[in-house]
Amino acid sequence: MYKLTVGLETHCELATQTKIFCACPTKFGAEPNSQCCPVCTGQPGSLPVLNAAVVDYAVKAGLALGCEINLRSVMERKHYIYPDLAKGYQISQYELPLCHDGHVTLSNGHTIRINRIHIEEDAGKLVHNWYDTQIDYNRAGVPLIEIVTEPDFHSAEDAVEYLEIVQMTLRSLGVARCRTREGSIRCDVNVSVAPEGSDELGTRTELKNLNSFSAVADAIRYEYSRQKALLEHGGRVVQETLGFDEGSGRSFPQRDKEDADDYRYFPEPDILPVCVTSERVEELRAQIPELPQARKRRFVEQLGLPEAEAAQLVRHRRIADYFERAGETAGDYAHAERFVTAQLFQLFRTDDEREDFPETLRGEELGRLLRLLDEGKINSTVAKHAFARMLSEGCTVEQVLSAEDAAGLDGGELEALCRKAVDDSPRAVADYRAGKEKALQAIVGAVMRATHGRADASAALAAIRKILDEE
Amino acid sequence: MKKLSELSALLRGREISSVELTRAYLDAIGEKKELGAYLTVTAESALEAARAADARYAKGEPLSAIDGIPCVLKDNIVTAGVKTSCASRMLENYVPFYDAFVWERLRGAGAVLLGKGNMDEFAMGSTTESSAFFPTRNPVNPDYVPGGSSGGVAAAVAAGLAAFGLGSDTGGSIRQPASFCGVSGLKPSYGRVSRYGLVAYGSSLDQIGPMSRCAEDLALLFPLLCGRDERDMTSLELPPRAVPALEDLKGLRVGVPEELYNNCEEGVTEAVRRALDTLRALGAETVEVRIPLLDYSLPAYYIIACAEAASNLNRYDGIRYGACAEGYHSFAQMVTKTRSENFGSEVKRRIMLGNYVLSAGYFDAYYRKAQQLRAALRQEFSRVLTEVDLLVSPVSPVAGLRFGAQMKPVEVYQTDICTVPVNLTGLPALSVPCGFDGKGLPVGMQLIGRHCRDEELIAAASLFERATNYAWVRGGEDRV
Repeated sequence: MYKLTVGLETHCELATQTKIFCACPTKFGAEPNSQCCPVCTGQPGSLPVLNAAVVDYAVKAGLALGCEINLRSVMERKHYIYPDLAKGYQISQYELPLCHDGHVTLSNGHTIRINRIHIEEDAGKLVHNWYDTQIDYNRAGVPLIEIVTEPDFHSAEDAVEYLEIVQMTLRSLGVARCRTREGSIRCDVNVSVAPEGSDELGTRTELKNLNSFSAVADAIRYEYSRQKALLEHGGRVVQETLGFDEGSGRSFPQRDKEDADDYRYFPEPDILPVCVTSERVEELRAQIPELPQARKRRFVEQLGLPEAEAAQLVRHRRIADYFERAGETAGDYAHAERFVTAQLFQLFRTDDEREDFPETLRGEELGRLLRLLDEGKINSTVAKHAFARMLSEGCTVEQVLSAEDAAGLDGGELEALCRKAVDDSPRAVADYRAGKEKALQAIVGAVMRATHGRADASAALAAIRKILDEE
Repeated sequence: MKKLSELSALLRGREISSVELTRAYLDAIGEKKELGAYLTVTAESALEAARAADARYAKGEPLSAIDGIPCVLKDNIVTAGVKTSCASRMLENYVPFYDAFVWERLRGAGAVLLGKGNMDEFAMGSTTESSAFFPTRNPVNPDYVPGGSSGGVAAAVAAGLAAFGLGSDTGGSIRQPASFCGVSGLKPSYGRVSRYGLVAYGSSLDQIGPMSRCAEDLALLFPLLCGRDERDMTSLELPPRAVPALEDLKGLRVGVPEELYNNCEEGVTEAVRRALDTLRALGAETVEVRIPLLDYSLPAYYIIACAEAASNLNRYDGIRYGACAEGYHSFAQMVTKTRSENFGSEVKRRIMLGNYVLSAGYFDAYYRKAQQLRAALRQEFSRVLTEVDLLVSPVSPVAGLRFGAQMKPVEVYQTDICTVPVNLTGLPALSVPCGFDGKGLPVGMQLIGRHCRDEELIAAASLFERATNYAWVRGGEDRV
């Protein structure tokens, strides 16, 4: 039997408006080289200036992941030559990172220790054409945090859950988008295998630049089997850097040994040490909202949701907020959960779509709809239709229901129903005649009940008034 | 040749126009082409700027005391639309698209740019011989180098090819050529002048500073250059202070660090000792001081400067900024060929040294140790500078270096002994002519001040200059 041990280095782009060392925008997907300046293209003579927002974002990330904050940390230069790295060095942190000694707890109770989180700049991007290769420096200087764990993973599943927790935590803080599709969360995976019961770790290999969580899982599984097979046959694992091809699901050597990494780190003379006051740390700590894992516990323990559904709901802050407002307004969280997980998740399928859930959609609307359903004013078919339209068109309960009404009741039908309601409500009629305008609402309510909410309340009111005024 | 204040008065009184002045300098540049002071001459844009200045004077609205006054910038100070080569093949055709902070300031004050001054390649050198294009001759005696690395600017100012100039000083590159050419130069306290737009050599050591005919001019130029720049995190929030015209130096305590007088040529030591007599005559008190760590400053300097240089020059890979080799088959080969073909030997030497001292396994023995020495040296200086107000020493142990002297690199490095400690400590220092050696070569006196007391140095040097007049006397065969 062999034991798998894995450590992760996760790079997440921070969602600051501007880059880490200049004022260029960080927007994803812009025209190549349209978001560059002397600083991020490494023009001779240009100098970096540290963006204070990057420090704030990274401190928040560190606090949310249980880290200690170094009140004084140091930027350093990490040297290597690659076409997408304009200055020939990446400004990063080395001896003194901004955050250290954090942890993440997985649902199975495993604790993953975080060694450090440091801030650094992203590099540009190579664009390979059939004819040549071009460089887009838009990404150069986009701020990153690198989260380095201890080798605390022993399964691919744990690694993926850890990544999901990191992703939703950073997203809930609003400090990172963590979109695998945009490359704004990327992983390097260190894998080693040793005989079960051995105190020592096996020789590790590093798989670089994995762009999706499934690739991380596949790479770990593949590398485990490869190393295990080597050991079983009396072979030796070579410490090396590997690439991983998602298509074939295989790892391959990326660099040969002669290029052994020597980054020649030294403190960046152009940037003063990064100093954060403990007051600022506390201010930032106070800004941290309820984090997804805590929220999930609350959903389960206080609102009585099932584990799996609660886990789904808390992954995207806006959807969790929507659900919570709906449940609150309806006075029924279980009902709200069923609507959201059944219907809303049908409409918003992908991770990106859920993360982009429109802020304009208000959970209160679903809550009011559920209340009407609960009160028997509409039936569940109407409610489902209405909810679908509320989500896709962004309309309110009233807008949806009056439209439903137009589809279901013609004028004659409505008038007949109103006459019946007037006849059935002598007391309200008397009140109205005595000058109590409000009394008409009771008659409208009767019409709404009779139509299970399909009637247009304002049309009903007009019809009732007309009937009474004629008499 | 005139002081800036005199030129300013002539322009203000409309006795001379900026166009006339600019033409005169451009003519002189043409006549003294063999000096090799300029790498680029921007005649057309200079005249255009001069006409604009004249229009302002006509309206009685000059931008500053230097409005319309022609100047030269060392070619490592970036100028939008004007080639900035750092005297290197690597940047031979590099035309920046932004202006350095100091040029924004000078341009904003109405200064006229005559062109870009020759220098040692990437400011690495003390002779301007490592320029990839041509050497600069010393106007005092063409058999001698002008010093370096700001040799082109020093020669231009000395020969009347510019009214003033800006150089950069990483280990003496303003002060030593000023000394060799008989002009004045200030290496400001680290942080007082923004480095934004200075092509980096040793980032923690580099400072831009003014070079001029006389120390008095520095008083006029320094305030235009200093102050906080948001684009340079190491720039200080410290507005310039007024430089008073002193009557005497009573109460001034001058420290004389013996270590900086050892190994100097006799002619140099004598000139500086005579200058110390003058300072005493002006009322200053001189005190012998010891700074034993000075003996280690050269190795510490060359380790730190080379480490930073290797890092700063890592970006020249052939992709951006112009130069790129031909006939390569891989990215690695393109980088290697481009760097092999386009860097000169001194630059390569320092890159190799720098990468060596930063490499794994050597970092602690070299770079870390050098930083410890630097910190200790800083402490020694600040201790001494609580006992005295400023220090006086030679700028260079030699008054000049002949062309083709066949010196080993380390021997040339050793001539930086008096200037590099100042860059390691970040203190301000100034070079002012203080006489001549036996061969008629000018000798510069170095004043080293307390941190951010640049103005005090200028005031003291200006008084010394009025008392001695060396700024206006030419040595050797009087050539001008």
